[in-house]
Amino acid sequence: MSAEAQAAVVRMPGNTPGQWFSKAVLRNGPLGGLAALVVVMAALSGDFLNGQNLLNVGVQASVTAILAFGVTFVIVSAGIDLSVGSVAALSATVVAWAAASGGLPVWLAVLLGLAVGAGAGLISGALVAYGRLPAFIATLAMLSVGRGLALVISGGSPVAVPSSVGRLGDTLGGWLPVPVLVMAAMGLIAALVLARTYTGRAMFAIGGNEEAARLSGIDVRRRKLVIYALSGLFAAVAGIVLAARLTSAQPQAAVGYELDAIAAVVIGGASLSGGSGKASGTLIGALILAVLRNGLNLLSVSAFWQQVATGLVIAVAVLLDTLRRRSAR
Amino acid sequence: MTGVNDDVPDGGRELLRVAGVTKSFPGVRALDGVDLSLRAGEVHVLLGENGAGKSTLIKMLSGAHRPDEGRILVDGQETAIHSAQDAERLGIATIHQEFNLVPGLTVAENLFLGRQPRTRLGLIDRRALHTRAAQLLRRVRLDVPVTVPVRELGIAQLQMVEIAKALSLDARVLIMDEPTAVLTSEEVGTLFGIVRELRASGTGVIFITHHLEEIAALGDRVTVLRDGRSVAEVPASTGENELIRLMVGRDIAEQYPRERPGAPGAPLLRVRGLTRGGAGKGPVFRDVGFEVRAGEVVGLAGLVGAGRTEVARALFGVDRYDAGTVEVDGAVLPPGDVQAAMRAGLGLVPEDRKAQGLVLDASLQDNLTLARLRRDTRAGLVDRGAQRRAAAEVAGRLKVRMSGLGQSARTLSGGNQQKIVIGKWLLAGTRLLILDEPTRGIDVGAKVEIYRLVNDLTAAGCAVLMISSDLPEVLGMSDRVLVMAQGRLVGELSGERATQDAVIELAVRPPDGTDGMNRTNSTDAGDRMQSAMEGSDVG
Repeated sequence: MSAEAQAAVVRMPGNTPGQWFSKAVLRNGPLGGLAALVVVMAALSGDFLNGQNLLNVGVQASVTAILAFGVTFVIVSAGIDLSVGSVAALSATVVAWAAASGGLPVWLAVLLGLAVGAGAGLISGALVAYGRLPAFIATLAMLSVGRGLALVISGGSPVAVPSSVGRLGDTLGGWLPVPVLVMAAMGLIAALVLARTYTGRAMFAIGGNEEAARLSGIDVRRRKLVIYALSGLFAAVAGIVLAARLTSAQPQAAVGYELDAIAAVVIGGASLSGGSGKASGTLIGALILAVLRNGLNLLSVSAFWQQVATGLVIAVAVLLDTLRRRSAR
Repeated sequence: MTGVNDDVPDGGRELLRVAGVTKSFPGVRALDGVDLSLRAGEVHVLLGENGAGKSTLIKMLSGAHRPDEGRILVDGQETAIHSAQDAERLGIATIHQEFNLVPGLTVAENLFLGRQPRTRLGLIDRRALHTRAAQLLRRVRLDVPVTVPVRELGIAQLQMVEIAKALSLDARVLIMDEPTAVLTSEEVGTLFGIVRELRASGTGVIFITHHLEEIAALGDRVTVLRDGRSVAEVPASTGENELIRLMVGRDIAEQYPRERPGAPGAPLLRVRGLTRGGAGKGPVFRDVGFEVRAGEVVGLAGLVGAGRTEVARALFGVDRYDAGTVEVDGAVLPPGDVQAAMRAGLGLVPEDRKAQGLVLDASLQDNLTLARLRRDTRAGLVDRGAQRRAAAEVAGRLKVRMSGLGQSARTLSGGNQQKIVIGKWLLAGTRLLILDEPTRGIDVGAKVEIYRLVNDLTAAGCAVLMISSDLPEVLGMSDRVLVMAQGRLVGELSGERATQDAVIELAVRPPDGTDGMNRTNSTDAGDRMQSAMEGSDVG
């Protein structure tokens, strides 16, 4: 069946624009989906395709995308990380608290925040790799612990971030938002890690077949430590960017962001059963979510209905991707 | 059972004809003008190497694939089989290699899944269900309660349930895809009895097997497939060598082309007193010690469960051990450290290719270079160019049949998959390769290629430790054979003393040296061993 479906696609390059459109989406996967969504939003709202608004979309996507790059590592290795939202809030709180109450120099406070994020990931990774806890449970625990610690440190109220950190939320040259730059940089790093580093290649092997990876000499347990630590590190960066945009670290920030991150990774074409995934796909997944929210805002759709739409888009995106894979086999 | 002539099926009318059927998948022409004819009251053997197109052909007859070209005729009428329902309506039942059973449901529920007898109220009629299921089980001589969940059955019992399920369809055409692969010789006897009954009652049976000796025992005619073409239709009495020639397309001068080199070199691997306690019932292995020298092939024979795989995993550092040492080139390896074993030059081709040897959905390049990933990493970055060149070189040397290095390992045939696993260790610079059941489920042609590779390795000064339940293979390829029984190394045979009888004798003797007591039973146990060994030859 699959072979015929593909043959059909190749043989008849679109009779009607509608068919052409659906085939283009099917063939190009997540990117096709994003293009389709942009076309629809542009048609429905005259304000959508304006440069300033597109940059806004980038800013809105940035925190989710940075979180999702880290989660991509975990999902490619057939794990899951539910803690990234909490870890982001914890790291940001640590940066603000260390600079304000602790009186540390800003660069040291930021390093400390990044270390806390990586350390939280390292602990999750140790629980998974050496404690043999299911990743779901280990990171669910970290979700709770991280959020709790953020509340403890901050006393439950927002802490202002130092002004030099706050500049991460500014725009360069009056138009280029720094969060978009950070997102691009983290995306490039994620792509490099996945495609070109030992740990990155090991992620695919572990996610594809952990036993075969172990029998081929991959140090699976140590790799898992690194993988979860990377996820925590990316979460810390996302947390700092978010705090910069809000000009304060809020212990209650980024609640539920882990689900957006996972959705972005999956919309981007990664499989939750591991072994596949791309940084570019994840970026597209995060952009799809951001375009949707931005477009619906422009159309004055209520926040309640936006949640419904988001859920539908996640389901349809993954459904299309499944169809595409099946027809490519 | 109607007393139809048992050996000459020529009188039977034609039930099924496949004429000029062609089927292509992206990049592969799976079937190319295949012809096949099946008469009533005939056992028609379909023979071919893995990847020759047998599976595609039977999937076409069971409605899973449609032909691109060509015709399928049932009772002389051209038909289209588009679904499993179409096949069932036409009276074609298929027993696939993969079991289609639901583990949590009982035997009876599985046998009548989707067509359970109903009461007048529309509820399932348990009594009728159980009576009819019990009748079917008696027919296949399977002695298990019909109420037992399928999950609790062994693999041979599952196969018999599948056969019973197909029988319940009262099919006129029964297709059996390697039904004997997982059966012991006694169960094979039962199966042959059933097939002969079916033939006598006018059913046409298409039978796929890799065991050539089964062909003359059961078959009437043989259609040989090679590279997607039907190359010959011959009587089942055709000699095995001729069948192999037809199947492979050339003569296989020697099935086990071991080229014994001169005197073996220095000891590469030395294992001493290796012991691992079991949980409760006796040790997994105890006091195992042996040497493997450069240029040697050492066979490790024994019953399934004798501890051979466990020893191999322990010395490769996969599993721990409680006592003993493993030395390579005189240096002791740290226990439980795969990376250290690899650095010392060891490599393991595990017994379950798909579950342990390959990352199935990863590319061939990624699979081939997995064991040298660390070595290809410089300054934190993997040199993908070097990996691509290395993978291309070894894939060419091993003659892997592929569309490209980007192809996923899942889509290769069994023999080519095994070449990838072996190629992975060639690329890792392995000097002592442990092969655990290296040719299980692999066709004759690919087997010989793997044997030649073993020759190349030993000629280059490497050594091979080969675990195999295929006795002719162990004897044909090894320079020395070690025999294990119940976790102990019970003997070493070489030269003329290495015979099947001698290996079996050692394998079934109690390992504590108290022989004589069970001596009288050894022939009987030997038979059991042979059937167990044949049984483990999963296709």
